[in-house]
Amino acid sequence: MTTTRSAPPRARRQPARQRGDRIFAGSARAAGLLIVVVLAGVAAFLVWKSLPAFGAPAAQLPAGKGLWSYIGPLAFGSVLAAVIALVIATPLGVAIALFVNFYAPRRLARALGYVVDLLAAIPSIVYGFWGIVALAPALVPFYGWLADHLGFIPLFAGPASATGRTMLTTGIVLAVMILPIISAISREVFAQSPQLHREAALALGATRWEMIRLAVLPYGRSGIIGGAMLGLGRALGETLAVALVLSISGGVTFNLISNSNPGTIAANIALQFPESSGIQINALIASGLVLFVITLAVNVLARWIVNRRSDFAGANG
Amino acid sequence: MSAAPTPTAPTPTVSAPPPASRQPAGTSPIGRARTLSRAAAIGTFAAGAAVGALLGWATRSGVVLAVTYGVVLGTVALYGVSRALEGRRRATDRLVTSLVYSAFALAMIPLVWLLEAVIRQGLARLDAQFFTESLFAVVNKGGGAYHAIMGTLIITGLTTLISVPIGLLTAIYLVEYGHGRLRQAINLLVDVMTGIPSIVAGLFAYALFEIFFGPGVRLGIAGAVALSVLMIPVVVRAAEEVLKLVPNELREASYALGVPKWRTILKVVVPTAVAGLGTGITLAIARVVGETAPLLVTVGITAVTNLNPFDGRMATLPVFAYYQLTRPGVPPQYATDRAWTAALLLIVLVMALNVVARLISRLFAPKTGR
Repeated sequence: MTTTRSAPPRARRQPARQRGDRIFAGSARAAGLLIVVVLAGVAAFLVWKSLPAFGAPAAQLPAGKGLWSYIGPLAFGSVLAAVIALVIATPLGVAIALFVNFYAPRRLARALGYVVDLLAAIPSIVYGFWGIVALAPALVPFYGWLADHLGFIPLFAGPASATGRTMLTTGIVLAVMILPIISAISREVFAQSPQLHREAALALGATRWEMIRLAVLPYGRSGIIGGAMLGLGRALGETLAVALVLSISGGVTFNLISNSNPGTIAANIALQFPESSGIQINALIASGLVLFVITLAVNVLARWIVNRRSDFAGANG
Repeated sequence: MSAAPTPTAPTPTVSAPPPASRQPAGTSPIGRARTLSRAAAIGTFAAGAAVGALLGWATRSGVVLAVTYGVVLGTVALYGVSRALEGRRRATDRLVTSLVYSAFALAMIPLVWLLEAVIRQGLARLDAQFFTESLFAVVNKGGGAYHAIMGTLIITGLTTLISVPIGLLTAIYLVEYGHGRLRQAINLLVDVMTGIPSIVAGLFAYALFEIFFGPGVRLGIAGAVALSVLMIPVVVRAAEEVLKLVPNELREASYALGVPKWRTILKVVVPTAVAGLGTGITLAIARVVGETAPLLVTVGITAVTNLNPFDGRMATLPVFAYYQLTRPGVPPQYATDRAWTAALLLIVLVMALNVVARLISRLFAPKTGR
């Protein structure tokens, strides 16, 4: 009883809190809550709109064989393209971060960093233009060579595409697009690696590479992994570049250089949506939901890895 | 660093040979018995590269292969010479150095190539007509992207109007007011929101507006909502970073003078951070102005000028470029030219926004001197 009595006076002890304060704090809080609502809304609307597709008879759906056999190959294509991009972009991104942080002439380093960031500023549709008109035709002879000489590897079984609009080309375009993300995050963690460790390594007679291997890379490992996963998230959701570059025929294949390629979820939505109606739209939204769940999982994992490292960094200094 | 025996050596790793040659390789206590000077290293690489390039030229394999041979042979030559003269550790260091340089050069190729392709093909239609006419009743030649340019400006403007207040207030909440579970939750959700694929944001906006306007809805405002989903988290993160930089002493001084918290934020914190906020918002606009996928599913495309975002389809620059390239009609040349010019305009727009962002941060930066 006494405790409940004492509560009101304590609340009244701050009369100086004016109306303006309450309004302002309230609206800031409301904006924060709105973000919660929007995200919940995204999830709720996607689920709600895709429910009809889950219940629909298989014959009405685009592939004609049920929802999962429609989305499955697309999800496979998304993951395949993103993984190719990751395999290409991660070593390059790390090397670029090392170059900007430790190899480039000091005076140029900042400017070169900006130049790499420019890659991130170019709209994805322009990458698509470049991929379909410039890169794909240029890669055709290379694919021919791959099919002739490395055809025994299932990835390069061929027959080589005559247009160059293959899974591998798509992967390369995506790699260029996620390169700035990976290199920016790697650069950040490399710059935070303890200066004293680096100098100590050099003082003990380490070469520059040994210094990097001993003092920088172990420290930056989780940053590299996190950056790569953020890049993976971006590559999974990339739409227009894939829609333009990839020549899609559906199906599941690991053959990277042939004419028949699996589609990706995002590209498929962009290509089909404008002409779709009714249950087809629901099926497309269902595939969007799958993409949302996949990228969500990848991104949360990436953030978790990056943040774990930042806790570690905080403890260190 | 004091180990460098001669003052002429620019850095310790390239100390001049004379003092080193006094000691035979391998017996030196410091392990730098014999080192290549910088000029010698570059020369070795260049010699290898020249042989490689010559090989490429002799076998008539084209520029790309010749350059590839050159880089590979140059690296191998440098590694071999360094291995023989300097030992394994330094050779590895040299190898990694040339790999890192090559990686950077490799990453520059797409950038230069892409800019070259877009500028070369985009210049063909970069004329006054492109900025003043729409595609209304245009069959082959002529026509422009006036409707698409206006559409992009209107939709991006609306997006900014929606996103900036929400984003700024959320950042203020996170930095100034938030605590405990809710703050953590919002922090996490902003991260999650950053990762939403742009096409999914488009689907969300479509589903939302379908409730009110029925199936097949295409509205400019729906596109603005979709873009806002993408832009808000960017604004929040940028604003949060900047607000965190405002020194706490300023806030405390203001409180000590009896200023209420909300006025402190509006009159002290935000003005101090205004340069950073401007930069962050401009970069966020640059991030969404080239987005195509969400507009493709929410706004669609049209050939006529529609300046009302609450009424029907609108044209936007990225979607315009997409359809002009993929559905050029016959003959395709005219539409393809328009597509490239639109792509060029997009790049120019994004680059200009980036430059403006840097200018803002330079011009409006808080004066630090006394």
